[in-house]
Amino acid sequence: MNLKDISTSVPKKDHSGKVSGQLAYISDVKVENMVYGVLVRSPIAYGKIKSIQLPNFPEGYEAVGAEQIPGPNVVKIIQEDQPIFANEWVNYIGEPILMLVGKELDILYRLLNEVKIEFDELQAIYTLDDAIQQKSAPGVTMASYEFGENLDVISTIEQGAHKIIEEEYSTGYQEHVYLEPQGMLGIYKDDEIVVQGSMQCLYYIKNALISALACGDDEVRVVQSPTGGGFGGKEEFPSMMACHVAVAANAVKKSVMLVFDRSEDMVVTTKRHPAKIKYRTAIDEEGNILSMCVDVFLDGGANAGLSSVVLQRALLNSAGVYKIPHFHAKGYVLKTNTVPNGAFRGFGAPQSFAGIESHIGHISKLSKLDPLDYKRKYLVKQGDPTITKGQFRDPILMEDMIEDLLNASDFKSKKGEFQRFNQQNLRYKKGIGTSLFLHGCGFTGSGERDHIKATVKLVKSRDDKVLLKISNSDMGQGIYTTLSKIVAQALDLPFDRVLYPDPDTKEVPDSGPTVASRTTMIVGKLLERAAKKLKAQWQPGVEQEVVENYVHREMIPWDEKTFTGDAYPAYSWGVNIVEVEVDTLTGNVKLEKVYANYEVGKVIDDRIMKGQIDGGLAQGLAYGYLEKMTSKEGRIQQKSISDYGPPTSMDVVSIESKVFDNPYADGPYGAKGAGELTLIGGAPAVQAAIEDALQTSFQQIPITPEVIIESL
Amino acid sequence: MIKFTLNGRLVETDAPPTARLLDLIRDEFTLIGTKEGCGEGECGACSVFVNNHLQNSCLIPIGSIDGTDVITIEGIMESEQFKILDESYSSAGGVQCGYCIPGMVMASAALLSKNPHPSEAEIREGISGNLCRCTGYNMIVDAINLAAKKGDGLWQKK
Ligand code: FES
Ligand code: FES
Repeated sequence: MNLKDISTSVPKKDHSGKVSGQLAYISDVKVENMVYGVLVRSPIAYGKIKSIQLPNFPEGYEAVGAEQIPGPNVVKIIQEDQPIFANEWVNYIGEPILMLVGKELDILYRLLNEVKIEFDELQAIYTLDDAIQQKSAPGVTMASYEFGENLDVISTIEQGAHKIIEEEYSTGYQEHVYLEPQGMLGIYKDDEIVVQGSMQCLYYIKNALISALACGDDEVRVVQSPTGGGFGGKEEFPSMMACHVAVAANAVKKSVMLVFDRSEDMVVTTKRHPAKIKYRTAIDEEGNILSMCVDVFLDGGANAGLSSVVLQRALLNSAGVYKIPHFHAKGYVLKTNTVPNGAFRGFGAPQSFAGIESHIGHISKLSKLDPLDYKRKYLVKQGDPTITKGQFRDPILMEDMIEDLLNASDFKSKKGEFQRFNQQNLRYKKGIGTSLFLHGCGFTGSGERDHIKATVKLVKSRDDKVLLKISNSDMGQGIYTTLSKIVAQALDLPFDRVLYPDPDTKEVPDSGPTVASRTTMIVGKLLERAAKKLKAQWQPGVEQEVVENYVHREMIPWDEKTFTGDAYPAYSWGVNIVEVEVDTLTGNVKLEKVYANYEVGKVIDDRIMKGQIDGGLAQGLAYGYLEKMTSKEGRIQQKSISDYGPPTSMDVVSIESKVFDNPYADGPYGAKGAGELTLIGGAPAVQAAIEDALQTSFQQIPITPEVIIESL
Repeated sequence: MIKFTLNGRLVETDAPPTARLLDLIRDEFTLIGTKEGCGEGECGACSVFVNNHLQNSCLIPIGSIDGTDVITIEGIMESEQFKILDESYSSAGGVQCGYCIPGMVMASAALLSKNPHPSEAEIREGISGNLCRCTGYNMIVDAINLAAKKGDGLWQKK
């Protein structure tokens, strides 16, 4: 492959199987001697199990629980607080207690209803507000960090300030609604357990299995099935399902399939953390910011899971794209007796950006200044320090991107046009809003160096085909195509001679999880280097192998304790402009136009990038006004897709987008991360547009029709 | 015993009349192109044609399909129309995770056979029963637009 420009699109590797439906996702798979599993789940939010009474099982049906776990009863993630099967305490409604296995699902569901469990129910914490009240009680704070300017300095500044502006902002749950529900199959073999399913992180699962089964490295094997969407929802959650099917398969000596239906998936799987963010900002007479304190509270749900890392990213983005003088932030992950929250595209950043964009917008309005002019005044520039005393090293193109998007959207004249429209219309109001944002690419801090230590392998066969041996999942984002393209281009080999089989831990080294917008930038770079090495030693007709390991480029070392240093090696950037029309009678918001500019270093495939933009924005916009999930006394209230309301084709409008080139030295062909960035600006831009239409301020997302009606 | 035509072949089954058409297609006839996304008629991943009408097979008890003509994605896979849709989805970039796609393709075919030159609004309406979480729909809308142009004259052919 010899593309003049790597961005030129090529057909996707997995297109045919997907368009015809003949590609087998996990629920399409059947193996010999396969039984199904269903989970007995806690009906209460917090309590102690007193007794379990099982029904009489027909032949071939049995229960599997904590006693059958060969290793420790914990799903290995970061903190060891999540049991595989609850055996004494339950901490949320839906927590797995037992698995029933057998041939027929109908019979299993009947048996499920006949399991009788007695509990001593205790007073649970149901809401983030309750948890904030009780945050000093033992076990409630699951993680916390604090950093930035000394608080005495800030209090002196505040004393001399013209005004202190305080706001409290809240964001709701967001549910992934990947179209393929979670599914996992544990295949029983004499000498190994193979776990196959829908997943983003093969080695997370493998490590969890080695722990749960207390077995050797060669006794478990993890294979990724084609994955019908992930968005973070298949980052850590599948580890628990993998433990369930593997423990069960090991216990009953049969292959065990666990597939959720939609309502189970919506109720028990991880979601985006609801957040409460408090801002306290001192300004002078002209409206200049003198200091800012931000407190972030995340509802972690019942287990820590990845929440501490989500909080880190939320905090790292708490000042948005701005250089704020005398900035201080602290944050907490708090435990509630609700379904555990976890990874979701953006990973803490969408909450922070929604909050800071809202807050800065409100400050500017209070000071009667134009929000965008005001934001531009504080925009970080190349060479500026980050809020953690790191540095923005690379060129920042935001000014050009903003200017370009203002022109593309005809922003100025739209403003005037909408004002006139709104004066003449009582019922319908039009508004236009902007958002400015960034996304730190890759793992936070020294994660790549200390925890992930990625390795990639290229294998050249005798017929001169090259195979990518890496553990990264294509979940729709297109890495089968983009990573193959990087290798084909570097080797100058036809695209179809580069193959990327579904990853299998028996075949591939650990190139890290498929998360954190790291795959293209980090794994892609390793592959580019491996390909160049292979090219240099290429011998036609000979089997060859090349391995590459991650090398850390030292910057200002990240210190998690003091929360200082370079949190990310690089940043991707974005600007969104959104136009809405609000019906003041019904409170309905209609998107009218969406404009978006991004900078992701270098695009590896234009068409795939556009897919990330359109799909990410659809999720991000909907997070701001459409998608609403709530929990009541520990119970998720939206059990179906229509209850929850992700966008349909009627809700979305066409998006005018552009991507700016700004090649990054440590990314393959200059590429940085792109997948999460595209979601982040949606909600804040929608909020700004609705506020512009109604000439009011909101302190929360989603801004649903009810919220709008109440504000009028 | 329920008898019906499945992708042009007369078939029969002993499954109970309350069984879902979706399960019958997938389990008994091992046609995996029809996917289950919700099981409640809300996502369109299970779209099939019953007597040429686009239907969610997860909502259809097989008792009601006796004597009908059922077509799944496998039944249109060899057609010229499918080829055009396949190419259009590829060049418009309409496919990401792929899980919604067979259903989308069925909905696209249904729309174009009724309305070979749909406007953008009509396309959005035509696929509004099919959920896609990956693409934000626009590139799927483009794909259908492209298929309408490329397959001009083909859509109403039987
Ligand atoms: S599975 Fe039938 S509509 Fe969703
Ligand atoms: S491509 Fe993933 S749901 Fe449509």
